[in-house]
Parts: sequence; C-alpha cells; structure tokens
Amino acid sequence: MNRSHPLITALAMCTMGFLYLPLLAVAVFSVNATKYGLVWRGFTLNWYVKLFSNELILNAAWNTLVLAVISTIIATILGTILAIGMDRFPWSGGTNTTLDLILHLPVVIPDIILAASLVIAFGLLRLVFSIFEPGLINMIIGHITFQVAFVALVVRSRLVSLGSDVEEAARDLFASTPYLLWRVTLPLLLPGIVAGGMLAFTLSLDDFVISFFTAGPDSVTLPLYIFAAVRRGVTPQIHALSTLVLLITIVMVVGTERLTRRSAKK
Amino acid sequence: MSDEKKDLSIRGINKRFGEVRAVDDVSLEVPAGEFFTLLGPSGCGKTTLLRIIAGLEMPDSGKILLGSEDITTFPATRRQVNTVFQSYALFPHLTVYENVAFGLRSRKFPAKEIDQRVSRRLEILGLEEMGQRRPDQLSGGQKQRVALARALVNEPDVLLLDEPMSALDAKLRAQVQVELRRLQQKLGGTFILVTHDQDEALIVSDRIAVMRDGRVMQAGTPEEVYDLPETQFVAEFLGAANLLSGHIKEGGIETDIGFLKLEKMPAWSKGTVAIRPEWIRIRDQQPETNGIQARIREVIYRGTDFDLWLDPGPIRVRTNTYKRFKTGDKIWLELAPEELVVLNG
Amino acid sequence: MDKLLVWYGELTTNRRLLKRGLMFLSPGMLWLLIFLVLPGLMLIAASFAGRGAYGELEWHFTFENYKRLAGFGIFGWTADYLMIVWRSVWVAFITTIVSVVLSYPLCFFIAGRSERTRYLWLTLVIIPFWTNMVIRAYAWFLILAPELPVAKLAAFLGIVPPGSALYPSVFAVYLGMVSMFLPFVTLPLYSSVERIDWALVEAAQDLYASKVRVFMQAILPQTLPGLSVGVILTFVPAMGMFVVPDLLGGAKYMLVGNLIQQQFGSSRDWAFGAAISIGLMILTMFSLYLYRRKSKGVNLV
Repeated sequence: MNRSHPLITALAMCTMGFLYLPLLAVAVFSVNATKYGLVWRGFTLNWYVKLFSNELILNAAWNTLVLAVISTIIATILGTILAIGMDRFPWSGGTNTTLDLILHLPVVIPDIILAASLVIAFGLLRLVFSIFEPGLINMIIGHITFQVAFVALVVRSRLVSLGSDVEEAARDLFASTPYLLWRVTLPLLLPGIVAGGMLAFTLSLDDFVISFFTAGPDSVTLPLYIFAAVRRGVTPQIHALSTLVLLITIVMVVGTERLTRRSAKK
Repeated sequence: MSDEKKDLSIRGINKRFGEVRAVDDVSLEVPAGEFFTLLGPSGCGKTTLLRIIAGLEMPDSGKILLGSEDITTFPATRRQVNTVFQSYALFPHLTVYENVAFGLRSRKFPAKEIDQRVSRRLEILGLEEMGQRRPDQLSGGQKQRVALARALVNEPDVLLLDEPMSALDAKLRAQVQVELRRLQQKLGGTFILVTHDQDEALIVSDRIAVMRDGRVMQAGTPEEVYDLPETQFVAEFLGAANLLSGHIKEGGIETDIGFLKLEKMPAWSKGTVAIRPEWIRIRDQQPETNGIQARIREVIYRGTDFDLWLDPGPIRVRTNTYKRFKTGDKIWLELAPEELVVLNG
Repeated sequence: MDKLLVWYGELTTNRRLLKRGLMFLSPGMLWLLIFLVLPGLMLIAASFAGRGAYGELEWHFTFENYKRLAGFGIFGWTADYLMIVWRSVWVAFITTIVSVVLSYPLCFFIAGRSERTRYLWLTLVIIPFWTNMVIRAYAWFLILAPELPVAKLAAFLGIVPPGSALYPSVFAVYLGMVSMFLPFVTLPLYSSVERIDWALVEAAQDLYASKVRVFMQAILPQTLPGLSVGVILTFVPAMGMFVVPDLLGGAKYMLVGNLIQQQFGSSRDWAFGAAISIGLMILTMFSLYLYRRKSKGVNLV
C-alpha cells in the first residue's frame, strides 16, 4: 500500500534529515584533513589512525567493553532467572503486581534519579565496604540494575508467548525436568535471552548518565571521554571516535533486529 | 497396544476452578480398544476431563484407573497415555523426525529401536518425506499427522485427542475423520476424542458421552444417543429435533398441535416428547394414528433432501422425496408412536 | 498433607512450587531490592538530611532542602529553583509536542512503504534511538557552527552577530531535545499506526468533509495506545535530561537535570541533590499517573 501524500513524504524526509544531518556531519568531518575549524580541506583517514595510538581512548574503549560485557553477562543471567521466576509460578495477583512494579521502575524513572540514588547508596556503603569507591565496580552494579529489568521484560514476553502447551506436551511425552529444560525450554527461550542480552549490551554502551555519576578517575568510558572532550572543544579525532561508535551501534541494531524478527516469525 | 488390555475407568471425578465446577462427579468406563468421544459445547468440561486423564490437571476428588492400576496421582510422565493437543504443540525448533522421536528419546530407548519405531509411524501416517522438515514448513493437515505420530509412537494404552480437527478446513476435516477411524481400527488402541462437532462424534465413535456444565448427560453408542436422547439438551445438541410439549392423556400426550399416541407412557404428567425431522412421514391422506394436518410455510433445499417448515409449528420435516412441495401446500404428517422419544425433564 | 497439583505438566505440590519459585525470584529481586529499592529509600532519607562541611550527609532530620528548593534561602525568597523546575516541565512539554507532530507524518510515511522497505525505514529510526546521546547532542555543534550555512543564514537575517555560533542557546537546547526524543515517540506510535483499520478512516471520509475531523475522529483514537507510550517515554526522561542542556544550553538554559548533577558534582551538596531528585520523582509519578489508564496493555519495551 503505497499511499503517502506528497506532503507527508516531504515532511517525513525533512524529519529523517533532521535526525541524520548532525550524525552525517560528524562522519563527514571525521575524514576532513584540517585539524581546526570546519572548512573542508580534503579527505583523510588520519584521525582514525591516530585514534589507535591514543592511550586514553584505547583505555576508555577497553573500559567500555569490560563494563558492557561483564554487566551484560550478569544481567542476562539474573534477568532470565527472574523472568522464569515471575512467569512460571502461580503467584497471587498482589505479588505479581508488586514484582511488576519493581521491574518497571528502572524502565520508567529518569536515569538521573537512579544515578543520584546510587551515588548516595554507594556513599553510605563505602563507610562499611571499601570496594564501593567510585569506579568500574560501581558502574557495573549500576548498569546491571537497569539492564536486569530490560532483560527480564524481554525474556518474560517470550515465555508468555511460548505458553504452557509445549511444556505440557513434553511432559506428556515423558520428559524429566532436566531433559525438558535442556531440550525444550532453553532452546525455545534462547532467542529471547539473546535478544535481551543484546538489548542489555546496547543499553550499557549507550549509557552516559549512570556512568557519569558512578565513574572514578580510572574508569572513563568512551561516552564519558567524548563528553569531557567536546566540552573543551570538538576535534576531528573525536568525530572519528564518534563515527566508530555510531558504526558499532548500527551493527548492533541491525543484528538485534534480524534476530528478534526471525524469532518473532516462529 | 501393549499386550495386556487395559480398560480405563473414571470414577467420581470432580474439578473446580474457583467457583466453576468444570467437572462435576463424572464416572465413565472405557473398555480397551474403544473409540470413545466426549461431546459437548465449549466450556462443558470435556477438555478438563481429558487433561485429568492425561495427568495435566489434578482432580479435586475421584479416581482414574488404567487396567487395575490407580493412576490418579501419577505424573503425566508415568502414564502410558499420550495426547494430541488442540494446538498440536509441536516443538517448533525440532524436525518432524525429532518431534516424533521425542517421547522415545526422553525415555532413553536404544537408537536403533527409536529409528525403527519413528520410521514406521511416519510411514503409516504418510510423512516419510517430511522427516527433516520443521513444523513451520508443514500444512495444517501435516502438522496434525505429526502430532498423531508423536503420540502413537509411544504405543500408549490410551490416546487422547483434544479437538484435533478444529484447525482444519471442512473438507479436509471430513476426510481426516474417516482416516482417524480407520487408523484406530487398524491399531486397535483406546482413543478418547474431545469435540464439539456432533457429526464428527457420530462418524468416528464407538461410544459417545454428551457433556454439559461438567456433567455427563448421556452416554451410549452413536445410535443410542441419536435415536433415544434422554433430555432436550441431548436431542437438540445431536442434530435437529422437533420438541413437543404437553400433558398426559389416556395413552398419549395432548400437545399444541393435537393429541399424539405414545408407545411407552412417560413417568411425568407434563413434559416434552421429541421427534427427528427425518422420522416424520408425509402422507396424502390422514393416517390411522397421530395424523396432523399442516401447511408448508417454507421449503429449504439442502442438496440431498428438503427441509419443510410447517404450520402449526414450528415443525420441521426432512424428506428426500422427489415430489415437489410448494409453499402453502397442505399435507398430512404421521408422527408414528414408535418414533416419538419421551424426554426426561 | 500438601495438596497435589499439576503445573505446566509437572506433578508437584503448592509448597514445592512456592519454594522453587522463590529460588528463581530471589537473585534478581534481591539485586533490585539492594541496588534499586534500597538506594531509592536512602535517597528519600538523604533528602531530609543536612549538609556537612564537605558536602557529605549529616544525619539530622530537616526540611531545609525542600525549603530551599521552594525558594526560601538565606537571602529571602527567590523563584530561581522553581523557575528551573518549571522550565524543565515546559521544555519536556514542548519537546513532546514537537516530537509528536513530527512523528505522525513520519509514521504514516513508513506505514505506506512496501513490506520490505518498511523495515529498512524503521531501522533508520531505531539507529539514532540507540546512538549514544552525547554524540547526538554534540553533533549539533557542527550544524550550528559559525562556518556552516545555518549560522550564516541566521547572521544574514540579523538574529545573531556574524561569525558566532548558534550554541549555546535556548534554540539549540530545543533542537537537541527534539532530535534526542523524536524516535521515542515515533517507534511506539508506529506500532499503532501500522495497525490502523483503514476501513474506519474511509468510513469517516464519507461522513466528514474536513480532513481535520477525519484525523480527530478516525485516526487519532486508533493511535492513542502507541501515542501515550511515546509521550510517557519522552516526557519523563526529557524532564530529567542533563546532557543536552549541559552541552547545548551551557549556563544559559539550566534544567533540573543540570541542577541535580551540580549538587553531586561541583556544588557537592548531596542532601539538596537528593531533595531535587525526589521532586523530579514526584513529577514523574504524577505524569505517569495521568497517563496510566490510557497506556494500559501497551508494552513499554
């Protein structure tokens, strides 16, 4: 059904332009030969090459990756178990509502509130446990806290759509609990778990606020690095870094889309 | 299908969901090798009863016996009972072959035997070519056969079928009903079918139990429940019925359309008798007994026969005579005493 | 004796099921209790605490922080903080409205594409949604830089002096906010637009001559579920946004987010920061409450 009015098409194009023009500008100036100003001086990949010799940036990239990987693994495990716990047991209506509310909290409250409460909580915990100094551990905890909710919601919706039929059929066909889990439940749940995990990973890479509030001097991530850098002034190197981050995002998004679409079809 | 013939005995089963009595004191005996059907409208408890037999639901009270063994508190995994689910519930991530092999693999049968048994079932059901496909690559009819093969490969004492035809179109359904009946006769096992389709029940079953509101209203062979319905509900649920109410007068019943002689006198003084439309005979002159004169209000052509809607009425007559009937014609009807069925309550 | 029941085909008892259920729930729920609910309670407690010499919390009960937020300071009453709060609500409101207005044509455009290209367009909307907001915010630096046409045009029209950038400014904040939150409206709205029953719209076209009425009577009601999710997903985080005003507004256009960040950063007054956070939380809860009924049954993720 190709039925868009020309005016709608024009407006839609303008809006897409509005979304992409700034990002395009970043990509364009990331290959501009001049170091200062925004006048086109020819094509270069120099800034990309320099990225890989910049100790600070490499360090930030490493921190970002470590943060995302560790928090995603933990959050995916916790979220999956939580989703099973919520969906596969006959909780009363009241219990369900409470669990649901807690689960939706990280989704709906502004991240700055979660960040502020974590700063205060870590501040108090620090009085007892020394590991709660601002730094990577705190950031990981912060990220897991909002990731768990998203993973659990994704996995739970997959569980709900699976229904009880298939598991009942497996029992009817003499499957013991381990056999059922291994041969039926987990394989069927896997697309949901992977989608939840990828969502968690993307959320971690994308996060700025939680990291900004909980980071220490040695745990600068790429978004934090870019933020600090652009406040001092934009450079082609930052454009190159941002373009790379953008490319990674595109790969992640397309990958997740493919995966969820395929599993939704089944 | 196992060597020993195991009769299924359902004794005083009760199951409530909240305030709803899904199954209300149901007792049934299903001898080994019988094709038994639970027939009733949706919500009558037939599926719940089936799930109780499968071990997917625990009854509040009552017993299920298979052979001499009380299996009431057996988990589904310990019952020699397998189910064809309404949705088929095939494992979407496994091939047809692996779906069928599932019940054998989970009991750790030797590989050779699994292959033998799976191949044989696939062959019987015409699925040899489909072994490596996945369920989403199958048609509705093929899925249904995979579900059948997956259950039958375990050679259950009782095979349960929960509305297995509901996802098929009408033409395919008619064909599968006959096939299912033949399959059961060939394999000789006990089949219990749940359906809301009376034609299906009449075609496939050795015996039928008509259910309503969690209770068994009447159980018997298709002929018994069709020819001798005990209640208005059964009379109307299985096919069409003319219901005539009135009160008892010497040797018969005085109804709105006149006095009708009865063969057997009912226990009540006021009540209802029923007669199926195809049992009413059309006469040119007034018959000796139970003759009613009527005017044709409407003629409905049904392919092989006609339905005549008559005044006084509404009385419906089904006839396959070649004689042309026109609206407004006056005819004589004979409601023979032996065709009038006395209903209880 | 514990009553037997069958759950997902497994024969078990209520007590066994409960025990196992708790086992599954507890790791995730404990995590959320310790690192989400408990910190939330601490935040509330901290908002009633005092400020120590180095900005740390001093545990004596006081309403001081809330009084300050309401404008009662050492130098008498000022509306400064309330202005910032009000401005945040206002910015969030305008951002939401503009995002909604821009989203409708975009959604109709995408819904009008063929099955294949539709997903391509949708992915194009999702990509900025997932791109880091720091990058998306600072990207506007380039567009608004003095060397580029936009700023030159503004200078030509005499809006800004020649050779100056269009940021930091209020205008830049709005640009940044809308570009940041537009996909938050478009994506949920699209899920409703995709499901519009066009037969209803055609019936309405027969009934009403005016296009405005067709939209109001036949299209808008059908898109309400997606729209209300989009509005919530935009309005709530927009109120707490601090990256955009920080980068594009500078000192010129401070919002609640910046104020909170300031208390935990340079000003180092955690108790006051906690009080502002609670204020923002109350605003959030209030707006969620207003929309709760309409978005029922609509998935937030």
